[in-house]
Amino acid sequence: MRELTDGSTAIVRGAVDAGCNFFAGYPITPASQILTAMTREMPKRGGVAIQGEDEISSIGMCIGATMAGARAMTATSGPGISLYSENIGMAVMGEVPLVIVDVQRLGPSTGGATTAAQGDIQFVRWGTGGGYPIIALAPSTVPECYTLTMKAFDLAERFRCPVFLLTDKELNLTATTVDIEDYQRVEVRPRSRRSAETSIEPPYSYDPPDAVGAVATYGDPAIVRFTGSTHDERAFISKDPATVGALNEHLVAKIHAHQDEIDLVATDLDPKATTAFLSYGITAGSMREAVRIARADGRRVSAATVHSIWPVPETAIRAILEGHDRVVIGELNHGQYRREIERLAGPGTEVIGVHRNDGTLITPADFLEVLI
Amino acid sequence: MSILTTITPLGSYRNDSPYPFCPGCGHKSILDNLNAALVELQVDPAQTVIVSDIGCSGLSDQYFITSAFHGLHGRSVTYATGIKLAQPELTVIVVMGDGGTGIGGTHLLNAARRNIGITVLVFNNFNYGMTGGQHSATTPTGAVTSTTPGGNPERPLDICASVGVNGAGYVWRGTNFDTDLTERISEAILSESFALLDIWELCTAYFVKSNQFTRRAIDSTLEELGFETGVLYRDGRPEFTVAIREAGLSSLGRPPDGPQPIPSEWTAQLDHPFLIEMAGSAGGRVRSAVRIGAIAAIKSGLYASQRDDYPVTVKTGHSLSRLLLANRPIDYAGSEQPNVLVVLTDDGYRKVAKRAARMTGDAVVYVLPEFSTIDTPARVVVLDPATLPGRIGKGDLALVVLAAVVEHSGVIPIEALRSAVAAGPFGESNLAAVAHGVALAAK
Ligand code: SF4
Repeated sequence: MRELTDGSTAIVRGAVDAGCNFFAGYPITPASQILTAMTREMPKRGGVAIQGEDEISSIGMCIGATMAGARAMTATSGPGISLYSENIGMAVMGEVPLVIVDVQRLGPSTGGATTAAQGDIQFVRWGTGGGYPIIALAPSTVPECYTLTMKAFDLAERFRCPVFLLTDKELNLTATTVDIEDYQRVEVRPRSRRSAETSIEPPYSYDPPDAVGAVATYGDPAIVRFTGSTHDERAFISKDPATVGALNEHLVAKIHAHQDEIDLVATDLDPKATTAFLSYGITAGSMREAVRIARADGRRVSAATVHSIWPVPETAIRAILEGHDRVVIGELNHGQYRREIERLAGPGTEVIGVHRNDGTLITPADFLEVLI
Repeated sequence: MSILTTITPLGSYRNDSPYPFCPGCGHKSILDNLNAALVELQVDPAQTVIVSDIGCSGLSDQYFITSAFHGLHGRSVTYATGIKLAQPELTVIVVMGDGGTGIGGTHLLNAARRNIGITVLVFNNFNYGMTGGQHSATTPTGAVTSTTPGGNPERPLDICASVGVNGAGYVWRGTNFDTDLTERISEAILSESFALLDIWELCTAYFVKSNQFTRRAIDSTLEELGFETGVLYRDGRPEFTVAIREAGLSSLGRPPDGPQPIPSEWTAQLDHPFLIEMAGSAGGRVRSAVRIGAIAAIKSGLYASQRDDYPVTVKTGHSLSRLLLANRPIDYAGSEQPNVLVVLTDDGYRKVAKRAARMTGDAVVYVLPEFSTIDTPARVVVLDPATLPGRIGKGDLALVVLAAVVEHSGVIPIEALRSAVAAGPFGESNLAAVAHGVALAAK
């Protein structure tokens, strides 16, 4: 059976099925549909959805609610991510599970509210001070919007950190036909919570560095401390180099040591192809259409859709680079992800960028042009 | 709020660490009063969250045995709101300085409007202590600070009036020297509403030094400004966590919105992706007509996508809608060159004129008579609604013309379109519109 729906709707359904029970957001095109739909959905399950007075309060409320046991999500676009920035850093530092949807629109600044872009790729990676790993997933179809939203919630719990879902105006607002069986559910693990028996356990743990401690939640039988400042395992502010060093090493190690649990790349390889296309998000759709056209024409080409943008799925991308003479990366920006691919490419592989930053989509023809 | 019911009452909510504040700093005495209030109320330390802002007062939470949240500068009220919304039974107390009040002013106003049940203690010493005595939103006019060496030219913020006129449940102003401070803090917490205490105090390290400011100067400043003290506002309207849940009660228990399957009952022959673009104006129900077309296509076993383009001011100007049809899942819905273009209005034509001129000979443009001479190499089919019996309303025209296009082009069975319109709330009038379209195509 099929239906006609869009990415925003699929994200909301994914959030609901992931057990999300708190949403706060501020209206912004093209993310507002998520806010309005969550406002409709949350009360059905006894949850709360609220329109904050601004983006800063919206993410702030999500962080507060999460620490009080909620499973929270917020959604905005590039300009809103700018305002989230400081709180994103705090969510990283305080190890707050949270899903942040960035429905990208053309920038910079207010840019084009109703025009598509993929200009926030490096922004979400480096968008707050301090330097730390970030997890970001990018669906390229409406069913993937559903599935990767659930996956984002699961990774947020697994690694106790904010997780980005990167989409764009076209994916969120274009209604399209979906085969209902393509909505794949993901098991979202329950929050690992400090239990009543172990309530004297500190809320953080840095030893071993990659271990993720159970979350202490307000309302638990024992007191809970939280701070966005450098802190020891009991969440008391500390400037002791050994403590602070262990904390920061932990924030990095917990993600990098377990990257295999995050990496998601869908490959469609032709063992005889010398060229591989690589893309993500809405542009990956154009890429797959180009592959179809090329193959119908008897041309050989491989393709890869990157679903886990950050951390860069280096193992999978290296394998593609090593297996082809040319890798063509398509994205709606001036080469933000291309630099990651170039960084991984050996001398034997040429990396070619197909870029567009005018609010229109990269077409299948744009990819095919490189094949000629 | 949960009151501790265990047998051993707590004599203090302070831990062993001594306060870190400068000698004579007002923070110590405010926190002692807070501690005394907590003792009086016998709150459960784990069910009480002290949310601290940034600055010297932001250090406060570390000296208590309660739960604590130490966040970003000026945003403490947002975290407190989130905590309270998720667990309304918690006692949530915000400790912030006049710095946090200034940078986070909007959060205070909106928390007051909502009447969210948190208690805010403003440690108001007219300057930023931690960063070196810069002026704040509450620095009195003329006062000397490190950033107002010639005297502060700005007027100080009346915090109490700001939150008070915007609906705060409980507002008090006084000083840390007031003997009823403990009682007022208890009262604020018990008010179970948005409560704010504007507590004036001395920063001995900076403000006192630069202005020879004293306890007496606090009183004379209050007088000069005409700022009253004591309980200034009380409002008994429902607290926000109660109000927002009540507003959602009618939805509680309803199932989440899920997929809305469309059975495919007809078949359409289509070898290549086929793009129909309708160009009309706001209010012409172009997008709803195309939505019906998309559903009809799915009912015909096809895949359809709909991409709309309209100005942000939705009720005016052009309204374009593109319906892409394919016999397999659509990965790329961005095609710009339509196989069929439908021109309904001037607004619409202006947006698609260039595309019309670029179309090829095998494409078709359906137009109303007034556009019969448009510049396009495509085949032009003129549809004249005036030839129909009766007048076609502006809101029906898009659907009438879409039906004519479906019938004329044969891209999907007209029965599928009939079935798609019949289901909706305007089934009857939509069916009539389709009938008109079929008649139009016959001419
Ligand atoms: S700098 Fe001022 S506010 Fe800070 S502790 Fe010293 S006296 Fe108190």
